[in-house]
Amino acid sequence: MGAQPRLVEVRKNVLKQNDLVARALRDQFHAAGVFVASLVSSPGSGKTMFLEKTLTLLRQNYRVAALVGDLATENDAIRLARSQVPVKQITTGTLCHLEAAMVETALAEWNLNDLDFLFVENVGNLVCPSSYDLGENLRLVLISVTEGEDKPLKYPTIFNSADVAVVTKMDLAPAVEFDWHTAYGNIQAVRPGMPVLRLSAKTGEGMDEYLDFITARLAELRGTMVHP
Amino acid sequence: MHELSIAMSIVEMAQEEAEQRGGVQVSAVHLKLGALSGVVKEALLSAYDIACDDTPLQGSRLVIEEIPVVVFCPSCQARRPLSSVQLFCCAQCGTPSSEVVQGKELEVVALEIEQWAHNPA
Repeated sequence: MGAQPRLVEVRKNVLKQNDLVARALRDQFHAAGVFVASLVSSPGSGKTMFLEKTLTLLRQNYRVAALVGDLATENDAIRLARSQVPVKQITTGTLCHLEAAMVETALAEWNLNDLDFLFVENVGNLVCPSSYDLGENLRLVLISVTEGEDKPLKYPTIFNSADVAVVTKMDLAPAVEFDWHTAYGNIQAVRPGMPVLRLSAKTGEGMDEYLDFITARLAELRGTMVHP
Repeated sequence: MHELSIAMSIVEMAQEEAEQRGGVQVSAVHLKLGALSGVVKEALLSAYDIACDDTPLQGSRLVIEEIPVVVFCPSCQARRPLSSVQLFCCAQCGTPSSEVVQGKELEVVALEIEQWAHNPA
């Protein structure tokens, strides 16, 4: 009666469930013609300030909304509500990242057809969010000048999973002797060819270039849509 | 630290597979883990033991095969390894490449199940 182990082949993606929900979300976003951008960064990189400015400026010409993920408080949603666009908080409890199903649930009461842009602010974390597709069109990774130029080398996985890098708090660059060329080189080392934008949400420096960038992406998306 | 929820998904998956095969006993789960999966091997191994507690997989092992990153090099027109995850360049000719063709795996590839000598299957 001796037991002998037998190897049975199974091929299963552990994140299959998340990927399926993300794919369904992506299809819904595309059908509604809404451009979805997610934001990832470490805590304190200025995500919420950046998003508040983004929402305030974009709402002048576009229909915009945001989802914000946070571990515990609703402070970010309260701050973002000042931009006067629909904002919903996703409180993750102890979970360190957003998953596609949370986005799906949070969006249940919204009509995507009423939107041009949807922003999804992930939990401040440069590790865990990299594994989870949220169905977004664009993933922005933020790095503030106060964090040091080597952040991309310390967290290559998340930088590699992103589509655009945004260097924030540029107004503080002289004070912290931020070395733009080194930071740019490090970003390119872990994600060759990735566009890098630099700006200050506080002073408004660089915000126009950034808004041009994403509105061009929306136009591109709408251009690929087939209208009956 | 999202390794615990990943470990729980792995245990769940293995359990489903075992049930589909008539409730066989799983002694090990084999996993491919890419260097760009965003999951840390050591953390996953300890999370796995916790996730197995009080399940039919308790006492089973997680066997991890680490998968290095491979990119497609536009100059060599071939799949090439990276020299380091801090530098996405072809290890052979140095051309930068963002086209990852391997290294994001997080995949259950096999189960070791106990097979009894008298089992007609």
